[in-house]
Amino acid sequence: MRSLIDILDLSVEEIDELIHTADDIISHPEKYSEVCKGKKIATLFYEPSTRTRLSFEAAMLELGGSVIGFSGAQNSSAAKGESVADTAKVVSCYADIIAMRHPKEGAPYVASINASIPVINAGDGGHNHPTQTLADLYTIYREKGEIKDLTVGFCGDLKFGRTVHSLINALARYTGIRFVLISPEELAIPEYVKTDLLDPKGIPYTETTDLEAVMPELDVLYMTRVQKERFFNEEDYLRLKDSYILEPKKLKNAKEDLVIMHPLPRVNEISVAIDDDPRACYFKQVLYGKYMRMALIMKLLKEAQA
Amino acid sequence: MNIDSIQNGIVIDHITAGQAMKLYELLGLGELDCSVALIRNASSVKTGKKDIIKIDADIPVNLDVIGYVDPGATVNIIKDGKLVEKKTLALPQTLTNVIHCKNPRCITSVEQELPHVFRLTNPKEKIYRCIYCETKAEE
Repeated sequence: MRSLIDILDLSVEEIDELIHTADDIISHPEKYSEVCKGKKIATLFYEPSTRTRLSFEAAMLELGGSVIGFSGAQNSSAAKGESVADTAKVVSCYADIIAMRHPKEGAPYVASINASIPVINAGDGGHNHPTQTLADLYTIYREKGEIKDLTVGFCGDLKFGRTVHSLINALARYTGIRFVLISPEELAIPEYVKTDLLDPKGIPYTETTDLEAVMPELDVLYMTRVQKERFFNEEDYLRLKDSYILEPKKLKNAKEDLVIMHPLPRVNEISVAIDDDPRACYFKQVLYGKYMRMALIMKLLKEAQA
Repeated sequence: MNIDSIQNGIVIDHITAGQAMKLYELLGLGELDCSVALIRNASSVKTGKKDIIKIDADIPVNLDVIGYVDPGATVNIIKDGKLVEKKTLALPQTLTNVIHCKNPRCITSVEQELPHVFRLTNPKEKIYRCIYCETKAEE
């Protein structure tokens, strides 16, 4: 049974196929309004999430399917001590596909090897969140026309940000991608991302602490939040936090067609004054995420039937 | 020092000096009723020093464990006092319940019945990763 646990479970060709399906859904939504009629998605969310759960549910509803599920472990059989494996087997009797978020890393994988229906990882702790990466890739594709020959800047917390690691992994498979990694030294990209991925593939990257200095080079700027709890002391946090807040003045030397992205939720790392700038794409990113989830649900259900 | 040769059993030879105790623990040899000899720092023509383990019983041993700890070791099967089989080892592709994931955020930290499975992801550097959370195994 085909599931999606890690973005690398999908080949570049399969991601292209999802992108083309998503494009077609946008152009001809009526064609898809009953594609999943009679099908159910179970959204098993062991921790709260607003956007991701609603995105999966909206995606299934727009495909004509329906939704069952729970949000919060206290509302599920996990509160009684049921294992993820057992829950996956039980839910396989009720639904046609599962989207699971779990605070523990690897839980959706455990579900996938026990379920008899496809499982989509909707985020497992700090580990993987492949449908966010699909949303990110599709945003870059929609805004840039293709995923090729781009300088992609990642800014903020590059040490703990799962969305950053997943997207770097995914983009590393495309040609002509160059990374600019912008962060305080305390939150720099982990060594293994460089030694296991970027260096062996010969992918060019630069590391810097200065966002404004590299701004003119960037085609895409992926912002993440610098969280106070990641710092050892408040003094360091206060010293650094403003350097990684995107404000209109910092865009002074940015390209006209820069694409500004953020996985959301935003706290204060992108000033609301930027929201009206045509280069701000983070709300479009949410919408694109829904279309990619629609394309993914269709693909996995089709493969499950074959 | 003399250790009697065995009639029916297993000799794990050419163990890298210092690794025998780790193998002894991971193979659960302390739980056996039969004679088990652990020889440390025996002289070796090839390496100068080596460890040897002799198990005086024809029991199944987990070759994956030996391959993981010391792929250069050899496993000799003895029957009626004679060497009947010599097994050479390689790094196993997967390890099940040999080592445990130490990542407190891994699903195995809360679901005790899950097997701890590690997959060989980099044979050159002998890197194993947990199949659930991908955390690197600690030596």
